[in-house]
Amino acid sequence: MKYLLMIYQNPATWQAVPEPEKKAIMAEAGAIVDELIASGEWVGGEALADPSTGASVQVRNGVPAVTDGPFAEAKEQFVGYCIVDCESRERAIEIALRWPDARLCGMEVRPILSPDGVEM
Amino acid sequence: MRTGAGVERLLRDLAPQALGAVVRRYGHFDAAEDAVQEALLAAATQWPVQGVPDHPKGWLITVASRRLTDQLRSDEARRRREAAAALAEPPGPGGPGTPAAATQDDERVSGQDDTLTLLFLCCHPELTPASQLALTLRAVGGLTTGEIARAFLVPESTMAQRISRAKQRIAATGARFTPPPAGERAARLRVVLHVLYLMFNEGYAATSGGQTSRPELTAEAIRLTRGVRRLLPGDGEVAGLLALMLLTEARRPARCLPDGSLVPLAEQDRTRWDSAQTAEGLALVSSALTTAPLGPYQLQAAIAAVHAEAGTAAATDWRQILALYNLLERISPSPVVTLNRAVAVAMVDGPRAALDLLASLETDERMAGHHRLSAVRAHCLELAGDHATAAAGYASAARTATSLPERRYLEARAAQLAAPARDAGPAQDSGAAQDSGPARDAGAVRGT
Repeated sequence: MKYLLMIYQNPATWQAVPEPEKKAIMAEAGAIVDELIASGEWVGGEALADPSTGASVQVRNGVPAVTDGPFAEAKEQFVGYCIVDCESRERAIEIALRWPDARLCGMEVRPILSPDGVEM
Repeated sequence: MRTGAGVERLLRDLAPQALGAVVRRYGHFDAAEDAVQEALLAAATQWPVQGVPDHPKGWLITVASRRLTDQLRSDEARRRREAAAALAEPPGPGGPGTPAAATQDDERVSGQDDTLTLLFLCCHPELTPASQLALTLRAVGGLTTGEIARAFLVPESTMAQRISRAKQRIAATGARFTPPPAGERAARLRVVLHVLYLMFNEGYAATSGGQTSRPELTAEAIRLTRGVRRLLPGDGEVAGLLALMLLTEARRPARCLPDGSLVPLAEQDRTRWDSAQTAEGLALVSSALTTAPLGPYQLQAAIAAVHAEAGTAAATDWRQILALYNLLERISPSPVVTLNRAVAVAMVDGPRAALDLLASLETDERMAGHHRLSAVRAHCLELAGDHATAAAGYASAARTATSLPERRYLEARAAQLAAPARDAGPAQDSGAAQDSGPARDAGAVRGT
């Protein structure tokens, strides 16, 4: 079953991390990815650019509204994701717990709906 | 000259026999499997154009053997280079032999036994179910890594890694290409049958609509189970599993609408069930039940047979289904079996008796919070006429479902019951009557 591991970061906390430690954290995440690739559980994942470079999009009564951002200083920002295909929810949580951002800010583990189903 | 599809079928039949012959001759299951896969790919491109050779299996074995020995030699050479030996030694006489053109006789001897030995190896208990499935499809089924990846909706690199990890794991256990010892055989065969059952369920859950390029895992599971049955014709559980697959697969044309939405068993157009598959499944299960010791696959097939024999949902012999579930729960108890039994209890003893039984599952960690438990409870409440609570139950089941079509189905049932009822009163033939096929058992355990 596939799970989305959403990575959250607090910009202030991250900026306060000393540079060598940042490098160590990145390497730690890279090692986990390598391990997931080797185990055949890695499906994909990306890091996201700053939320200020994105856009918020809505359509109301047929009228589109597009605004840059968000710029609001959110304490927790969605900064990247991994998709893993693993045996159990417990295993997905175990991976998220090891991801360095779990201790710096937080992670969210969400099952991905299967496109397949069985009649009842 | 054969068509592409004909060649593909031939190659899939020959794949495990060729691999068995190569592994027996040279060992190195891991490398041999890669070599046979390359030979299969070469054949898949050459044969449809140049024609099938006179001895297709011998051809595959010869080509695979050459690749394998080339590979082993270059590995050996690399090891030597890496050891930084200043003076290159000529390959020693102890190295892998040159593949003499494969003769017909020695691979004819035990191609069949080899297939079974391969199945035992691919379904090694040390592997995870996902790895057992992937490796079985490649080494025994002859599917390419790309095809297997598409079937499981993961990137090819992910599947390649899973297969290579599985082979490393087998090598690490020191497992050899020999049948399991007599004392372990029965237990190992149970694992093989379970892997084939999972393969079938994986394919059966693949709802039509959109994903047309996905290989048919149900067809592959049936083909491989037929192969096992040819090797072990007297085994009742092998026959039972094959019957269960056929009786379930027969319902495929009726199980979902063109838009991919699921049609519950009670609402399926039974005239669309595949009568040939049904007939074969019925014959298999009745013969197994009378000649072999009883087992869980035979019982599940017998339950599917009762459904298959009912011309309409209303004509279903629920008493017989309940009796079969009682037996199944006795010989192979699991919360999923209890859940299915509850559906039969609702039909025979009424929804209140079923709700009492379901209450016992709420404390079971394997079942609590599972969408199938909520769905069956909602179904029983609906039968009892408590539509408001049933609607809430379906909505709650929809929230915990991890399959998109199942969630849509449950949402639709919730909406239907929550809407002002046009015809009040207990809905006797409500569509939620549970399917007893293997796939829904798998559905209930999937993701746990």
